[in-house]
Amino acid sequence: MANIISDETIEYVGILAKLELSGEEKEQAKKDMGSMLDYIDKLGELDTQGVEPMSHVFPVKNVFREDVVTNGNIREEILKNAPGEKDGMFVVPRTFE
Amino acid sequence: MAKQYETVIGLEVHVELATKTKIFCGCSTAFGGEPNTHTCPVCTGMPGSLPVLNKQVLEYAVAVGLATNCTITQYCKFDRKNYFYPDNPQNYQISQLYLPICRNGKVEIETEKGKKFVGIHEIHMEEDAGKLIHDEWDDCSLVDFNRSGVPLIEIVSEPDMRSAEEVIAYLEKLRMIIQYLGASDCKLQEGSMRADVNLSIREAGQEAFGTRTEMKNLNSFKAIARAIEGERERQIELLEEGKKVVQETRRWDDNKGESYAMRSKEDAQDYRYFPDPDLVPIVLDDAFLDGIRRKQPEFREEKMLRYKEEFDIPEYDIEIITGSKHMADIFEATVALGSQPKKVSNWLMVETLRLLKENGMDPEDIRFSPEHLSRLIALTDAKAINSSVAKEVFEVMFEQDIDPEKYVEEKGLKTVNDEGALRKTVEEVIAGNPQSVEDYRNGKEKAIGFLVGQTMKAMKGKADPGMVNRLLKELL
Amino acid sequence: MNILDMTAVELAAAIKERKVTVLEAVEAVLTQMEKSEETFNCYVTVDKEGALMQAGEVQRKIDAGELTGPLAGVPVAIKDNMCTEGMLTTCSSKILGNFVPTFSSEAVLNLQKAGAVILGKTNMDEFAMGSTTETSAFGVTKNPWNPEHVPGGSSGGSAAAVAAGECFYALGSDTGGSIRQPASFCGVVGMKPTYGRVSRYGLIAYGSSLDQIGPLCKDVTDCAAIMEVIASHDPKDSTSVEQDDTDFTTALVEDVQGMRIGIPKDYFGEGLEPEVKEAVLGAAKALEEKGAIVEEFDLSLVEYAIPTYYTIAAAEASSNLERFDGIKYGYRTSEYEGLHNMYKKSRSEGFGPEVKRRIMLGSFVLSSGYYDAYYLKALRVKALIKKAFDEAFAKYDVILGPVAPTTAPKLGQSLSDPIKMYLGDIYTISVNLAGLPGLSMPCGVDSKGLPIGLQLIGDCFQEKKLIQTAYTYEKIRGPFGRKEDRQ
Repeated sequence: MANIISDETIEYVGILAKLELSGEEKEQAKKDMGSMLDYIDKLGELDTQGVEPMSHVFPVKNVFREDVVTNGNIREEILKNAPGEKDGMFVVPRTFE
Repeated sequence: MAKQYETVIGLEVHVELATKTKIFCGCSTAFGGEPNTHTCPVCTGMPGSLPVLNKQVLEYAVAVGLATNCTITQYCKFDRKNYFYPDNPQNYQISQLYLPICRNGKVEIETEKGKKFVGIHEIHMEEDAGKLIHDEWDDCSLVDFNRSGVPLIEIVSEPDMRSAEEVIAYLEKLRMIIQYLGASDCKLQEGSMRADVNLSIREAGQEAFGTRTEMKNLNSFKAIARAIEGERERQIELLEEGKKVVQETRRWDDNKGESYAMRSKEDAQDYRYFPDPDLVPIVLDDAFLDGIRRKQPEFREEKMLRYKEEFDIPEYDIEIITGSKHMADIFEATVALGSQPKKVSNWLMVETLRLLKENGMDPEDIRFSPEHLSRLIALTDAKAINSSVAKEVFEVMFEQDIDPEKYVEEKGLKTVNDEGALRKTVEEVIAGNPQSVEDYRNGKEKAIGFLVGQTMKAMKGKADPGMVNRLLKELL
Repeated sequence: MNILDMTAVELAAAIKERKVTVLEAVEAVLTQMEKSEETFNCYVTVDKEGALMQAGEVQRKIDAGELTGPLAGVPVAIKDNMCTEGMLTTCSSKILGNFVPTFSSEAVLNLQKAGAVILGKTNMDEFAMGSTTETSAFGVTKNPWNPEHVPGGSSGGSAAAVAAGECFYALGSDTGGSIRQPASFCGVVGMKPTYGRVSRYGLIAYGSSLDQIGPLCKDVTDCAAIMEVIASHDPKDSTSVEQDDTDFTTALVEDVQGMRIGIPKDYFGEGLEPEVKEAVLGAAKALEEKGAIVEEFDLSLVEYAIPTYYTIAAAEASSNLERFDGIKYGYRTSEYEGLHNMYKKSRSEGFGPEVKRRIMLGSFVLSSGYYDAYYLKALRVKALIKKAFDEAFAKYDVILGPVAPTTAPKLGQSLSDPIKMYLGDIYTISVNLAGLPGLSMPCGVDSKGLPIGLQLIGDCFQEKKLIQTAYTYEKIRGPFGRKEDRQ
């Protein structure tokens, strides 16, 4: 396997992705990611010099809305699925030390 | 000899745009709503919702870019900036990294040391975050998404500033340009303009930049000046002690007058930017740019020059009046209604500024209409009211924008020009104040002032003081 | 004729002619569900009461002449990654296990306007990540042709529900083959429209630049009729395209005279089961006999499609799935210390292993230092793949090939080796990368008695050519399906 994923990398990606993996999951993730990257490295065989990265397939452009208020107050709906609600707001663990 | 250090400062300025709706949805941007009442699936990150760009945001951003001598990116895109925080409903912010709307601009600033240019690296469009409120009672935080999705532009300067004075001159300059465009009211205290300060120091004469820090939470010019001084001192101290400056984001606590690092293990500062697949590219042709260019207003410098030519008012007045687009608009509209420029300027410079200061308001908050100011000036010109009544009426007008003509009529404040009636009152005052009369006749010129005052009082202020003076002298 | 044997268009016609009522149609599928749902597990949510209530309303509108379209009154199933107002929408994930949207997807609204009766939400691979419907948090779905086999995925519930007579047609979504492959495995017709044809508003995103909603149904006529209803320009979706050629049923013409059909040699190489190859080439031959010009050609770059796809899809997914954080909706862990621990525990407990695998990969390929080498590289290869198709469509009207290298595998065989599983998507994935329309329809049965799928690929916005070719082939092939499964 060409791509060896270190514990640090898995730890770091876990911070980015906000995922906490168990020891076993980490080992599996290292293996999976390594083999996926080996597979993706296949793209290196292709010469893409001078090729523009393509994010949109079509030349769709300039899609705008006018600056007109179209939405009313739907607070109740917005909060309906919230795991925690107080005073019309979403409850989260305290964010300041 | 102690080493000499130079401070190198670049600014990241966020400006909330004055659109009616948010950047990617049709929710109102109005202030003051109950929490989460200006929200929808898009600005709360509901699954399945999609963003659509508000055209006005683009137009404002381009207008600011043109006014700051930027090159407009005619093929630009939005990118996602990924980071988890509860005020960020999608846990990514839609912003621009790779192809920002404006690049390579500059503005000229003036300080005591003279004029200089500050370069603008780029301007990009992005969405604002929601608001976190800390609930001490339940030891948790609460999220309100009313501000989530409010459009912002971020203006990133080059590291061209060397002092707090230059920073403030630069901010004033940006504020003036943006206010003149009507793109934002740019109030630091209310957060519609926010400045993050990137600061590093280097030994005088050195080419290379030192390691910089980014300072956040600066919500007044005073705080900015203090934070710059504080951070400069802190970095010098570190270097003098042989330590290194760490590149980090710091939060300024203006009450304590110090900053602290905002780092945590969970903040990787790796935003994994990539083009947002939910939004399509913006392609701007020359016709679009010309359209925006044609709509650009007369900016402050041009206005000052024109005022100097057109109006016979002091240079100082011109500076103050044009210092606020709103005030300049009122000035010009009032003059256009036929009022004498000098008189309009006086009302703005003296009474208006006094009342603004007393009420802790900005010129942007002026509510009285040019029509009413012009009518008030016409009333005094016609001597229909005297100056103290005029001031009294103006105060009411400043507060409630009343029509001065109607108000004077209703309250019966018109000056009494009936000489017979006034002569009678003057006679009564002379009869009632023998001591003062005696004093005046004995050569105490000042005593007449008291008698004028007594007459005005008896007339409830509605007399022409000139006429009172004349009658008193005549009868004495 | 048994109601359940009718296609959607036949049923709507029968309702119009008052031979069948909407209520009878709804009751027929509900009865079928009672018989087979326990075995197949096609649905995450069945809204029996709602369906019965809608039946009454829709019938009234049909009677009043307000609903006259070719799908009015027909019961439909919706893949569980499309928001339905007031109805649980889970993406087959624990993290959305209790999520009830406050609005409906544009595609669902379009169906409702056309008089559809929503039966419920079909099972899928969690967040559409998978090709077997085994990664669902709510149990695996089984193939109605043989319950020991998978129905394919990720729209496995939709495909199985159509095949099992538990609905008359269904909506699915296709990011890398997720409509076409389960349609193939379950012996039904499925279409992935051109990117931008159908609004994505309300579709819970997996890979936003690749996702597209489309129909799973009993025949090509149904497919065209459903496409006419769901294709629309939606100002709420910036990637939705303005279009004035949505009269897909006009392409239901039995004629392929002069139709240029290209067969990519690269789709018939190693890994393709001989029985599949034979059936697909047999279909090509049949079309040739009807006057089509059939030719082999080199498409090239086929083996690069999978790594390109997994890089792009995983990157977009890692970002799209960040919003599931236990704050605004969905699952929040019960015990945590502080904000970041809450995020991590909620997400780790709420997402299944395949979803976590792709989020990790996606976060990595976008992370500092790797963006250029992986993500941008993939976008460049995507441009090359698009170009290869452009060149092919300069020569051909339609590209014909298999949907998948094999027929439906047995349950429990696919998930252990991700790369092997991903290889199963080799013929479907490049269609998504290039934004093209693709249609899957049955073209035979293998020796195990499992259906084999034929794939037709068109140039952007050329769905009508696919429909015409498919319709013609369908006439040659004759009826297809297993009625005995419903007895």
